[in-house]
Amino acid sequence: MAIPKVCGIETEYGIHAPGGDGNPITASSVLVNAYATEAERRTDWDFEDETPAHDARGFTREGSLAPVVETHLANTVLTNGARYYVDHAHPEYSSPECADPLSCVLYDKAGEEVLRRSMRAAAHVFPSAPGVVVYKNNSDGKGNSYGCHENYLMDRAVPFAKVAAAIVPHFVTRQVFTGAGKVGAETAALDRSAVTFQISQRAEFFEEVIGLETTLKRPIVNTRDEPHADPRRFRRLHVIVGDANLAEVATFLKVGTTALLLAMVEDDVSPPRDLTPADPVRSLHQVSTDLTLARPLAMADGSTATALAVQWELYTAARKYADHHGLAVLGNDEVGEQVLQRWEAVLHGLEQDPSTLARQLDWVAKRRIVEAYRERHGCEWGDSRLAALDLQYHDLRPSRSLFARLDMERLVDDEAVAAAVTTPPADTRAWFRGQCLAKWPEAVVTANWDSLVFDLGTDPLRRVPMMDPLRGTAAHTAALLEASASPAELLERLSA
Amino acid sequence: MAERELKRKSAPARTETEVVEEAPAASERGEKIKAELDDLMDEIDEVLEDNAEEFVRNYVQKGGQ
Repeated sequence: MAIPKVCGIETEYGIHAPGGDGNPITASSVLVNAYATEAERRTDWDFEDETPAHDARGFTREGSLAPVVETHLANTVLTNGARYYVDHAHPEYSSPECADPLSCVLYDKAGEEVLRRSMRAAAHVFPSAPGVVVYKNNSDGKGNSYGCHENYLMDRAVPFAKVAAAIVPHFVTRQVFTGAGKVGAETAALDRSAVTFQISQRAEFFEEVIGLETTLKRPIVNTRDEPHADPRRFRRLHVIVGDANLAEVATFLKVGTTALLLAMVEDDVSPPRDLTPADPVRSLHQVSTDLTLARPLAMADGSTATALAVQWELYTAARKYADHHGLAVLGNDEVGEQVLQRWEAVLHGLEQDPSTLARQLDWVAKRRIVEAYRERHGCEWGDSRLAALDLQYHDLRPSRSLFARLDMERLVDDEAVAAAVTTPPADTRAWFRGQCLAKWPEAVVTANWDSLVFDLGTDPLRRVPMMDPLRGTAAHTAALLEASASPAELLERLSA
Repeated sequence: MAERELKRKSAPARTETEVVEEAPAASERGEKIKAELDDLMDEIDEVLEDNAEEFVRNYVQKGGQ
């Protein structure tokens, strides 16, 4: 039986600090520390999974953080349950666990708002530091890529090899709606002189079908096995093949369709025929560079199919699955139904005329303005202004963002996003994490995905495990938190 | 497909692109779209980085995951 597809998105943001010392770690730390100082209290992230971090005692984690740039990597946990830190020289926002794809969109958008507030906070806390600008994209156009990863809760009982084999066709072809669009190409995987615009930011950086790497020889299916939950019951599928989306419909479909297809694997439901391409990596590159969406892929069974044809077959199988099994596995039936309806509508749109989806999909929206700009200014491909346009589509500053100037379709409103910056989702364990941090910031010495460690002022530190992502919800713990006047009381009630 | 849509009348609204509008004459709509795009391009011309070449050259990132 499929288990609920608890999901989340972690995004490494691009940063640019003109006039700075050129050290991206410093610039990233400035953002995270400024936000932690201004907007949120700091709580350290516990890197040790199984033992309480005793050495965390006595660590200064007050809001009185001195306005100097720290040399160690900044790392904090927010009251909305997210983790916000510096990873690989990028600020990274890792959303709280979400129970459905719409909630995932909301907390992904909340992440953008956290980064926007960080830019403002940095200007305030470090007035002498050069301004840091944040971009939600996946490459610098010079062959360097950084990721936007999705995570899905899976049943440990289902063999990983089965999951990997089943999801490859989707990962190769879903970019027709998840792609964020890119001017040109930047790796040896593609013929740089022939590619003017491509669908995906990330596709050309993938070199393997399955593997553990994330920073080089990137695989379409990542094998990292770090469940951040009870390892006997759960697996966390860590997906590194996606683009960072600004378009809400694109994020919604990226997460919704993937979650649904993963649930089908757990229920042993598959499309009537094997849709695996003969060479998945090559096909991934081919789909990204085929703006006609019409070039057939060579399939493993010797047949051919376009990316859209593969998507239609996946959609049809998913619709049939939903008719039999319902969609509760996506968190709730109504959101699940929206996923299927939008999936169908987007495939129809792509088939008939992709330009009709300029309000829904990033690559279509970006392509539209790039083409219009070329026409207006008579630019050749290769003109820096087109590359600048591409980068600036992803600029998070309202004054500069090109995305913000487009009339894109919304699925969540600004008010809900603002609330989600500080309030955790009520229907996962992120609720307990976020609420404890909001209520007793001094007492929570470390927070992790699957535990909180409290310092009650008496030895030893007390660890509260949270090994099931769907426990610790508002329904489970709101009354308990409400009734507890102190963390000591909370822990007493928990152990009772 | 049509049958399925009928069955799911109570479902949430479909995407904008599927809404059948009582469209004005095609040429009139084309004009409107063109005017909107023109306005958008005016705005983009105003906010696009002044020195595109330098901006693009300096936007260098360390590889991440």
